[in-house]
Amino acid sequence: MLKDITIGQYFPGESIIHRLDPRFKIVITLIYIVMLFTGGTPLCLCIGALYTFIAIALSGVPLKMFWRSVRPLLPFLVITAVINLMLVRSGDVLWSWKAIKITEDGLNISAFMIVRISLLVMGTSILTYTTSPVTLTDAIERLLSPLKKLHFPVHELAMMMTIALRFIPTLIEETDKIISAQKARGAEIDTGSFMTRAKSLVSILVPLFVSAFRRADELATAMECRCYHGGEGRTRLRQLKSAPRDYIALLYTIGFLAAVIWFK
Amino acid sequence: MAILETQELTYTYSRGTPFEKTAVDHVSLSINEGEIIGVMGHTGSGKSTLIQHFNGLLQPTSGKVLLDGRDIWENKRKIRDVRFQVGLVFQYPEYQIFEETVFRDIAFGPKNMGLDEAEIKRRVLETANDIGLPEELMEHSPFELSGGQKRRVAIAGVMAMEPKVLILDEPTAGLDPAGRDLILEHIRAYHRRTKNTILIVSHSMEDIAAFADRILVMNRGSVFCFDRTDKVFSRAEEIAGIGLDVPQVTKVFMELKRRGMDFGGEAYTVDCAKELILRRIRERNGSAPC
Repeated sequence: MLKDITIGQYFPGESIIHRLDPRFKIVITLIYIVMLFTGGTPLCLCIGALYTFIAIALSGVPLKMFWRSVRPLLPFLVITAVINLMLVRSGDVLWSWKAIKITEDGLNISAFMIVRISLLVMGTSILTYTTSPVTLTDAIERLLSPLKKLHFPVHELAMMMTIALRFIPTLIEETDKIISAQKARGAEIDTGSFMTRAKSLVSILVPLFVSAFRRADELATAMECRCYHGGEGRTRLRQLKSAPRDYIALLYTIGFLAAVIWFK
Repeated sequence: MAILETQELTYTYSRGTPFEKTAVDHVSLSINEGEIIGVMGHTGSGKSTLIQHFNGLLQPTSGKVLLDGRDIWENKRKIRDVRFQVGLVFQYPEYQIFEETVFRDIAFGPKNMGLDEAEIKRRVLETANDIGLPEELMEHSPFELSGGQKRRVAIAGVMAMEPKVLILDEPTAGLDPAGRDLILEHIRAYHRRTKNTILIVSHSMEDIAAFADRILVMNRGSVFCFDRTDKVFSRAEEIAGIGLDVPQVTKVFMELKRRGMDFGGEAYTVDCAKELILRRIRERNGSAPC
């Protein structure tokens, strides 16, 4: 039941985008977001869309997966579009019925917003689809490392993220088992009134927390046994190395940003 | 009389995806009232999937599960009642404990059944007695107890529902030999008192050989054999062949047979080995007195 939830939506592959340095990928994604939000004309948005679809094609991730990342946002998109349609009063009136007026501007703004947000979600999904969560936290750690000078615990933060990601599937499996066990004792988890369900939740959360703390304790001991003492002096198995292709990808993206600013 | 029956039971995981896997494949079997059944099979043989069908935690992809001759999925809303009649104790059940006191944790199941206070109290104290938990522990926090005691609290939590069929998945996993013997002894005490049907899943034959009436051996989602304990053990070599461990004493007798000393039977417990050897000595003394 819970196993169907996919978190950490990494889609393994060997494409050029998969092989890019994750640090560059994060920076490129940030530039991409700026690109989508600086341009205010339809042409700018078309440039953004062109960039997105080229990147999707290069990533080798099926288009279906991107649809899956946009789909949960659909209700939100539709509601905001409708509100925009109703409330924008400027521009030529296209259609009116009693108090409701739909104007050209309203239509433009709604369409613009839907396209922009869909592109945003699809584009940023490329990052998570082509980069494994562990590599991603590695890259974040490296990108944030200048903050170490300000005594910001960068390594600890990255380690916490890695551990959290690592234990998500384990905890899901555990939750599944506990739910089955309590159901076997007659707990009403997917049936019954709201109150009985809330009560049953206690019978799941308490064992789950107990086991999470136990695991944390065991993991801490295991890490100490292997002489883990924080990030200082720690070397990595996988070194992040930038290649010419990373710089090319960066320049290519900046080129698109420049085009968007040009046509603004 | 058959209390639990399956007809062509089949269950497929992740149907319609590339990960599709048939865990239970056309299993038909029938379990009689009051029997103790041992269920064996190595990891991935489908035994855990099978037992989760008996109390309706999983719904068959095809086929039927009958309890007292009635399809348990006949009325989907009544599936919770099936869970009170067929109690399932999962592996490492101590991880499901959550209440503040031992008493309240054991009472969770009976309370969900909607029983009155007096009846709940009777059941909790009676099962606690069966499973060997002293009454003064009842008001303690279950989290203070030892591993073996926690396990017994969790088992008592299911027993207290007084299910017609009690299923235990690896009740002795991870316990030391003393804790293991204690749990098995208490399960037998419960059986003596209630005469209810019991299924014990284990991959240690030693655990179940001593007191199971019949043994079900699962292999690759199908029934490998389901027969009286002594008959199953007469196929010890085949069972060892599908990767299951046979009791040590059975191994000794298999080796003796291979070297030409046939005792005319399989020994699956030490007591039964003793009988076989004594019989052989008596025979020999009778035919050729020295």
